[in-house]
Amino acid sequence: MSLFPDKNYTLAHSYITNHCFFTAIIMDRRDFLKTLAAAGALVTVKTSGMMDVMASTVPSGSQAPASDNADLAAVMNGEPADMLEAAMKELGGIGRFIKKGDKIVIKPNIGWDRTPELAGNTNPDLLTALIKMCQDAGAAEIKVFDHTCDNWSRCYDHSGIEAAVKKAGATMVYAHERSSYQQVDIPNAKTLKSAEIHKAIIECDKWINVPVLKNHGGALMTCAMKNHMGIVWDRRAFHSRGLHQCIADVCTYKPAVLHIVDAYRTLATNGPQGRSASDVVLTKALFASADIVAVDTAAGKFFTNINKSIKFEDIEHIPDAQKLGLGTMDLDAINVKRIRL
Amino acid sequence: MLRKIRIAVAVAVIAILTFGFIDFAGFIDNPLLQKIQFGPALLSLSIVTLVCLIAATLLLGRLYCSVICPLGIFQDFFNWLSKKFDKKKKYGFKPEKPWLRWGVLAVLIIAWLLGFTFLVGLVEPYSAYGRMADELFRPVYLFGNNLLAAISEKTGSYRFFKVLISLKSISAFVVAVLTLLVIGHLSYHHGRTWCNTICPVGTLLGFFSRFSLLRIRIDKDKCNHCLACQRKCKAYCIDSANQQIDYSRCIDCFDCIDSCRQKAISFGLAPKKSQSQTVDESKRQFLKSSLVIAALAPAAIEAKVTGRKDDRVPMSPPGSKSHKNLLQHCTACHLCVSKCPSHVLKPAGMEYGLGGLMQPVMKFDDGYCNYDCNLCSQVCPAGAIRPLTVEEKHRTQPGRVVFNKDICVVNVNRTSCGACAEHCPVQAIHMVPFEGGLTIPETTPDLCVGCGGCEYICPVKAVHIEGNPVHLEAKAPEQDTNIQTDDFDFGF
Repeated sequence: MSLFPDKNYTLAHSYITNHCFFTAIIMDRRDFLKTLAAAGALVTVKTSGMMDVMASTVPSGSQAPASDNADLAAVMNGEPADMLEAAMKELGGIGRFIKKGDKIVIKPNIGWDRTPELAGNTNPDLLTALIKMCQDAGAAEIKVFDHTCDNWSRCYDHSGIEAAVKKAGATMVYAHERSSYQQVDIPNAKTLKSAEIHKAIIECDKWINVPVLKNHGGALMTCAMKNHMGIVWDRRAFHSRGLHQCIADVCTYKPAVLHIVDAYRTLATNGPQGRSASDVVLTKALFASADIVAVDTAAGKFFTNINKSIKFEDIEHIPDAQKLGLGTMDLDAINVKRIRL
Repeated sequence: MLRKIRIAVAVAVIAILTFGFIDFAGFIDNPLLQKIQFGPALLSLSIVTLVCLIAATLLLGRLYCSVICPLGIFQDFFNWLSKKFDKKKKYGFKPEKPWLRWGVLAVLIIAWLLGFTFLVGLVEPYSAYGRMADELFRPVYLFGNNLLAAISEKTGSYRFFKVLISLKSISAFVVAVLTLLVIGHLSYHHGRTWCNTICPVGTLLGFFSRFSLLRIRIDKDKCNHCLACQRKCKAYCIDSANQQIDYSRCIDCFDCIDSCRQKAISFGLAPKKSQSQTVDESKRQFLKSSLVIAALAPAAIEAKVTGRKDDRVPMSPPGSKSHKNLLQHCTACHLCVSKCPSHVLKPAGMEYGLGGLMQPVMKFDDGYCNYDCNLCSQVCPAGAIRPLTVEEKHRTQPGRVVFNKDICVVNVNRTSCGACAEHCPVQAIHMVPFEGGLTIPETTPDLCVGCGGCEYICPVKAVHIEGNPVHLEAKAPEQDTNIQTDDFDFGF
């Protein structure tokens, strides 16, 4: 028996409510209005700041692409490292996304105690190649972590990721302890106004989201957006407060500069864990973009083409994210490059 | 010389044993010294271990109590400590208290037969030490580790990782503290009194050590009745005035050998003239009454198992077969509790009834049972949790999933969730279409392996695992995938 069952959720929750309540009573009305106005301004500034980031990396559909650089690269029929290289070439090279001296976090999916063949987690070979690429681009520091679902040490070990990351010379960071997380405000959120986010994400200059494409019992498909569940501490709160909105909210906190979807092996059925190798299809694909909605759209269409029992239209969290302004689903309006190796 | 060897071995043994309990990083996944402990071996009827230990006792006397039993070695530590503070500390000779020793043993046998295994585990020395190690020493070790991890993290190194320190069970913690106080006090002031009055293993081995081949001998010609040996004897078993030693209580610590200035004491073959070994009448009485109660016991155990006061059926660990099996064999040493990497196994409160107090029960507050992990079944020294291969564990069903749709967030809040299905390794919970494009859990309890992933992650506890008092076999999941793997395209 734990001394405080469910303490994570209740403490965080009561902290937020008490804080707001307290603020409301100690202020008189005028002060309160002033604060409100100031807060509003702050939110506006922050929002536009974020939009700048989005705009700089994601040319919107109405603008003609300024350069030859693709907005989304889709690659098939290669080994993970080769497909990554081809995709990044189309996107204009990793140097477009990270700069020399940047402190980088790479966030794969390491959720389950599964070997690479079972496709429950991001492919370790892809991570090796990506780490190498970031090192060549002059990254000052590369950290890799995930808040796993299964026992963390078994996940880190059996996924092959810890070994691959260490061998490549990056740092494997722990995410199983609450002290690795820090409570932050998410100003653009609708529901999840505040969450405990892993310090590596908070402190880094830029981060790269490297999900694995999988079937998911509840959300039908899991990819770039759902991979954000692994940067927060209290996932149970997500589930009780509306899963999709919370995921969309957390995506607005500090958008990753790049999303690289590993679809080398795709868990087509019985996701997100899979029961055996018979759930896995060797699809040999990879999608990369700075636009999280575009990359999930591409991956989603690819996925529903493999598992035809799932309709793309039924995957609701992708249009939801578009409505929140996180990116575009209109793949015809952006510069998409399709490559077969 | 013998004494120094004894101390060196004892220190090594207790260090390794203790490390087996506090090691969280998996350096020793299968501690061996735990498997040669007398108490658990007796309850699991490990014939080989028992025969070896009894043979060793018949050969060497109760050396077990000095170099294998962790509680014995632990007491010697307090004893050593007391001598540091009181240089003039003296023991003496006290006659044996057979009525107490055999009385306690008889009570324990009766308690065990009646299903109060708790009492046996309470005084069984290895288990008593195990609980102290798990409940008291382990948190200290973990705290030290966390401190180290925090410091190394500051320097940018992730070589050490932090671990969860939690109070697993109030009752087990209290029992461990009380054990420490009682054992500490007794051994600090009264040497090995515990081992020669209360300890059931001491009593049993003492019965055999009376006949041991090698033993402490007093050379009656050299002895000048100086009483030096008697003053050194923490077992109070040397009657120096009469040049007699009570071998049922001698624990082969060899302290007396070095104390004798006349070199009259040695360890060697027993003299040919065997001492008269009269069995006390009281001993007979106790054994007789135990046998009578043994005949009445099975019905009582049945009553204990079903007499729980809790509306939820508790879950005993996979491999324990049934609550009854656990109750009969487990001495609550907490090795499984300390080894469980997911913090699932906790010492029970009243879940199994009073008799099963502190025995391991699966709880999903801090984690859930890893599908591919079978550690607890590998380490159990008492046969309470039988060894399972990973494949066997995949098909073991210690409990079954129960879904309460009335409080499920999908139903109540009309929001998507699916956390339970996501965590299910065997698809015993899967999502099916619900109103408004949502999906809601549906269960197939026959597939369930009772890992508790669903219960752990459910934000409102709409799913939980109900224990099977007798474990069942889980149905094998069907392996069907209708995915064409030859033609696929980008799809956009």
